[in-house]
Amino acid sequence: MSKKVTIDASGIYYRQLNEQIREAIAAGATEIVLNNVNSQRYIAGAVEGPIKFEVNGVPGQDMCSFMRGPYVRVKANAQDGVGNTMDDGLVVIEGLAGDVVGYAMRGGKIFIKGDVGYRVGIHMKAYMEKLPTIVIGGKAGDFLGEYMAGGILLLLGMYSDKPSEPIAGRSLGTGMHGGVIYVRGEVPKEQIGPGLSAQPLDDADKAVVEGIVKEYAKELGLNAKEILAADFVKIKPFSHRPYGNLYVPA
Amino acid sequence: MLFQPINRNYHDFSIVRDKDLCINCKVCVRQCSYEAHFWDETRQKVMHDNAKCVGCHRCEALCPTSALLIQKKRSDFKDNALWRPEFLKYIYKQADTGGVLLTGMGSPVNIPVYWDKLLLDASQVTNPSIDPLREPMELKTFLGSKPDKLEFSKTKDGSAKLKTKLAPQIELNYPIMFSAMSFGSINFNLHVAMARAATELGICYNTGEGGLHKSLYKYGKNTIVQVASGRFGVHRDYLNAGAGIEIKVGQGAKPGIGGHLPGEKINAMVSETRMVPLGSDAISPAPHHDIYSIEDLHQLIFALKEASEYRVPVSVKIAAVHNVAAIASGIVRAGADIVAIDGVRGGTGAAPGMIRDNVGIPIELALAQVDQRLRDEGIRNRASIVAAGGTRCSADVIKAIALGADACYIATSALISVGCTLCAKCYTGKCPWGIATNDARLAKRQNPDVAAQKMVNLVRAWGHEIEEMLGGMGLNSIESLRGNRDKLRAVGLTDTEMDILGVKHAGR
Repeated sequence: MSKKVTIDASGIYYRQLNEQIREAIAAGATEIVLNNVNSQRYIAGAVEGPIKFEVNGVPGQDMCSFMRGPYVRVKANAQDGVGNTMDDGLVVIEGLAGDVVGYAMRGGKIFIKGDVGYRVGIHMKAYMEKLPTIVIGGKAGDFLGEYMAGGILLLLGMYSDKPSEPIAGRSLGTGMHGGVIYVRGEVPKEQIGPGLSAQPLDDADKAVVEGIVKEYAKELGLNAKEILAADFVKIKPFSHRPYGNLYVPA
Repeated sequence: MLFQPINRNYHDFSIVRDKDLCINCKVCVRQCSYEAHFWDETRQKVMHDNAKCVGCHRCEALCPTSALLIQKKRSDFKDNALWRPEFLKYIYKQADTGGVLLTGMGSPVNIPVYWDKLLLDASQVTNPSIDPLREPMELKTFLGSKPDKLEFSKTKDGSAKLKTKLAPQIELNYPIMFSAMSFGSINFNLHVAMARAATELGICYNTGEGGLHKSLYKYGKNTIVQVASGRFGVHRDYLNAGAGIEIKVGQGAKPGIGGHLPGEKINAMVSETRMVPLGSDAISPAPHHDIYSIEDLHQLIFALKEASEYRVPVSVKIAAVHNVAAIASGIVRAGADIVAIDGVRGGTGAAPGMIRDNVGIPIELALAQVDQRLRDEGIRNRASIVAAGGTRCSADVIKAIALGADACYIATSALISVGCTLCAKCYTGKCPWGIATNDARLAKRQNPDVAAQKMVNLVRAWGHEIEEMLGGMGLNSIESLRGNRDKLRAVGLTDTEMDILGVKHAGR
């Protein structure tokens, strides 16, 4: 049985707001609508289970950090640290997001309509069925997917407010030793980290991209066909031990 | 003679085999994971290759006829105070490979050990010493933020009731904890041993940054879970599994850099716990990429407090570096309940040698400065201080407490208690003592029950010694010694050193 709770967040400090959220969940809430959110931190942080959140307003830093399971829809922009070390669930951001989205993400999905800042998807991981996925509709800043150990990053570059910027900043995928970064269209060679290169997709890749794009388009009310109407490239680790030859025993 | 690279002859050790005693039983062959000993089919006897010996002494310890002796290689370079042999060897190796010199364990270089220059006080005649065998001695330690003041209210029956809400604390029976050694850097058997030992002792062990295996959650009351830049094994259950959470910013053996757990050590269980591919290096970036400032640190501290619903204290561990006092002040102001400081002599499973031996400052100086700074700023009560980095014996612990530490982290000592001989090759994953290895054949050399007992014995013994020394000073509680630098005197230190340590010279 679903139980919907609406919380007016205006003028409430994050600690009290998150306490109210935890209390609502403890009392059986399955759907939580947060109105007038204005930069309160850690919303849905470490929340477990199939809870539905609707965030009206701009949430603060580290939204959905350590989260496991909820569906979170932000009807505006989000700040830094969305899905920090997130474990499972789905986050949909109808605007843009700041820096360090999905840092060390372990599972679940983050769909962002617009641009993202620096250091997004750093050190994402994967194990067996746990395959974290981030889709960025706009463009990304520097160090996208740095030290990536697993998971999927999909960069579309379509819904961007930065027409003159390259699709991704510099050092894309530096040090990645697992996972894959898909980019729609071309990615300038000089933006890609050392030792890496953009490769064409094979059929298996195409099926993966198509599946993710369809889900993304549905969540954000976009046209999947239009998104898929271009070629994609992939960036994969050149070695699972990129720094394996760096050392000599003293 | 075949050509050999210059490197090959400048190995560190020679294996001396007594021909009369050796019975060719091949125990050494089976024990040596570096294959220094081997069975020579042609000669029908056990032979060895000195160049492969790392000096771990495993064969020597297990040889049933005591036929083996591991010695430093006798051939010396021509004396040279500047170009000492290690520098020649380093250059030969780097010229061959172009590699960064990789080392294990704490720095062996001659950095001053201030513990050795500090002497404790004892009571004579006045303020009589206390016999710990007769009188109760209090070593109990609470780590966490203490209130600025206590407020009480009166109950109906006229008694006082504490009104102040106390911050969560970690309760320790000894002012000692097992420091962070990740699952992966050391194997599962030793994590089990540390967890059991900590539980039996009523202290805590630190998981290190490699996550926590499900089967060890039951030891949570005696566990501090660590969150480092690689965020391995960090999730909501993990954060709620322990008695405390520690953000690892830095490590004494490698300040300013991250870590690479070599692929050799990533087996199936480590891969699962860390969520990294089998056999790949587990890379911890140099910084946390969500912490670029004190404000960001505040953000992560409170993300962790929110995730654990403010039930446990949050510690921040840093390496002792030049401006450590100012950094510690920032950490406390960012909301940390514990500041752990790791000195330049701290251990590691793998660190570039140049960094290990040249970056950071000794824990004694860092500790004294941090304690003083926090006192001067009136915020010392807001956080406990844990000192780490080369704590060799109970006297080091008690001196650290007199310098201002609330507790000490020990790791190398704990490993030595289970047989580590400091051969410093932890990064190879071949530890013949079954410690820094995840090879099942080697790891089973550590029986968790035996190892736990050794660790328990060590800390109990240190506890007794601390009680003796405390009693000797006429103190019956470790609390009375905390930051009590009047109980310390220096020998042979300069005015500057004594000023930094806040101690007088012996005789004053």
